[in-house]
Amino acid sequence: MRHRLPRMLKRMLGLYLPLAAFLFFALFPFYWMTISAFKPNRELYNLQAKRLWIQEPTLEQFHELFRKTTAWQWLWNSFFVSGLAAFISLALGILAGYALARLRFPGAEGFGLATFITYLVPTTLLFIPLAGVVQRLGLSNTIWSLVATYPTFLVPFCTWMLIAYFKSIPRDMEECAMIDGCSRVGALVRIVLPVAIPGIIFSGMFSFTLSWNEFVYALTFVSDTTHKTMSVAVPTELIRGDAYFWGELMAASLLGSVPVALLYSFFMDYFVSGLTAGALKG
Amino acid sequence: MASVSRVEGLPARPRAHRFLKHEALTGYAMISPALFLLAVLLAYPFALAVYISLTDRLLGEPGKLIWLQNFFKLLQDPLFRQTVWNSFVYTVTTVTLKLTLGLLLALLLNQEFPCRNLVRGAILLPWIVPTSLSVLTWLWMFDSLFSVVNYVLLGLGVISKKIPWLGNPFWAMASVIIVNTWRGLPFFAASLLAGLMTIPRELYEAAQSDGAKALACFWFITLPLLRPVIAVVVLFSTIWTFADFQIVYILTHGGPLNATQIFATMAYDVALAAGRIGEGSAISLFLFPALLAVIIGLLHYLRREE
Repeated sequence: MRHRLPRMLKRMLGLYLPLAAFLFFALFPFYWMTISAFKPNRELYNLQAKRLWIQEPTLEQFHELFRKTTAWQWLWNSFFVSGLAAFISLALGILAGYALARLRFPGAEGFGLATFITYLVPTTLLFIPLAGVVQRLGLSNTIWSLVATYPTFLVPFCTWMLIAYFKSIPRDMEECAMIDGCSRVGALVRIVLPVAIPGIIFSGMFSFTLSWNEFVYALTFVSDTTHKTMSVAVPTELIRGDAYFWGELMAASLLGSVPVALLYSFFMDYFVSGLTAGALKG
Repeated sequence: MASVSRVEGLPARPRAHRFLKHEALTGYAMISPALFLLAVLLAYPFALAVYISLTDRLLGEPGKLIWLQNFFKLLQDPLFRQTVWNSFVYTVTTVTLKLTLGLLLALLLNQEFPCRNLVRGAILLPWIVPTSLSVLTWLWMFDSLFSVVNYVLLGLGVISKKIPWLGNPFWAMASVIIVNTWRGLPFFAASLLAGLMTIPRELYEAAQSDGAKALACFWFITLPLLRPVIAVVVLFSTIWTFADFQIVYILTHGGPLNATQIFATMAYDVALAAGRIGEGSAISLFLFPALLAVIIGLLHYLRREE
């Protein structure tokens, strides 16, 4: 007993207390976002109210949001752009990743290196000339400008992730299939892809999340309200000059955050294993 | 089985040669869509960025070649010099904070405790949720009148009067640093945790049986073995932070008095708000040396690991 008490105290101070502090720091903004979205205005702007709790929960911020804006359209745009961009990037990434992991051809190493480097290129380095390119392609002010440009950072990511997954699959499996008359593409579709499903799901989900969260390109290429995605529409359309409608802003932020948070919670195991694989391979 | 014996019957060399040629063709065919996309929407815009930065192009006017004048002009511009300084302060401070706190958090998450997976997942949330939306929440939390951060700190007795979070140059920089740290910490913690999990337990047991204390174990086992992961994470985060845009754009828009103006936000203001495309492009290109340094650093580390 004399030994146990200090040990528990040590665990309290050395583990639970700092962990609780980190959790509080990480999660408090989401708590604040959520309770602000369900408070009526008279409570939101009342300094005398109990501020860390909701006294009269209400949906009026959401009603106002949908009455005043095209929030459904923004959500749909986000889904459409992210889904399509992730799908295209995954298709291109599977092809390129498989070629780089399995096939020997001159220039393969150089291309592999190039994809790795392009993954690091920040969007803020290229957004000005890319706005011109998008305009010349006739895509400016449409969601297609985003569907076309998001793969520039998603394809390198998918390729790089999938190389690692493809390399971990034993070569013998495809070689057997190919000896039995399967073509290279047949072996890829029937043998390799089913085994690489965790890697494909992780890359797809993460690409979706990266597109959903993208800000710089969406801010630069799209100016029409109806073509904006959630991440740009909320900070640009709901703030008019000096007027901040915090209840509606937080309601919209919550709506834009929940889909990726849900996606993430469903596929958390893939995320964690994928992150681990990515971190280790660098 | 029949096909195997047929293959064995063929003379080896010509077939191997044909096979390799076929393999190379397949390889090129498979990478060509990705290559095409990256050439048109990445390599070409990059070349274009270099060209535009050498012109005095304005919004709606093609402009003419003025060579390096944009760069010379920028280097003499006090506002740009402040932007360079701000970018360095922002990057060095946040990366240091994220690494120190991230390491601490990873060490905590690596221990046994109830609901461990749930806690690990919750910690990652700031990194998953759209940054522009979570930064809006921080903007609301830092509101001059209704700041909940001040409310909590005052309530706990940590501070005795309200902090003007976004209102003065010092606190505005502190605010963007806090938010960037909040957002980037999960990436550091998750990557370092993955690194920690690969360190064999036996090493610690051996050291402990030789009488090593916890601090010595950390210093002589954990840190050296974690070095490659630390290097990669720091390099990635350096370029991301250096080129960051949305946290500053939404939280302070570079203000007050340009105290938080960084490369990307200044490039945006000059090119798209003021319409000086050439000059804005030149500002963006100042990110390139940083990118190059990070790439060289990463390649150096990856080579060494192999």
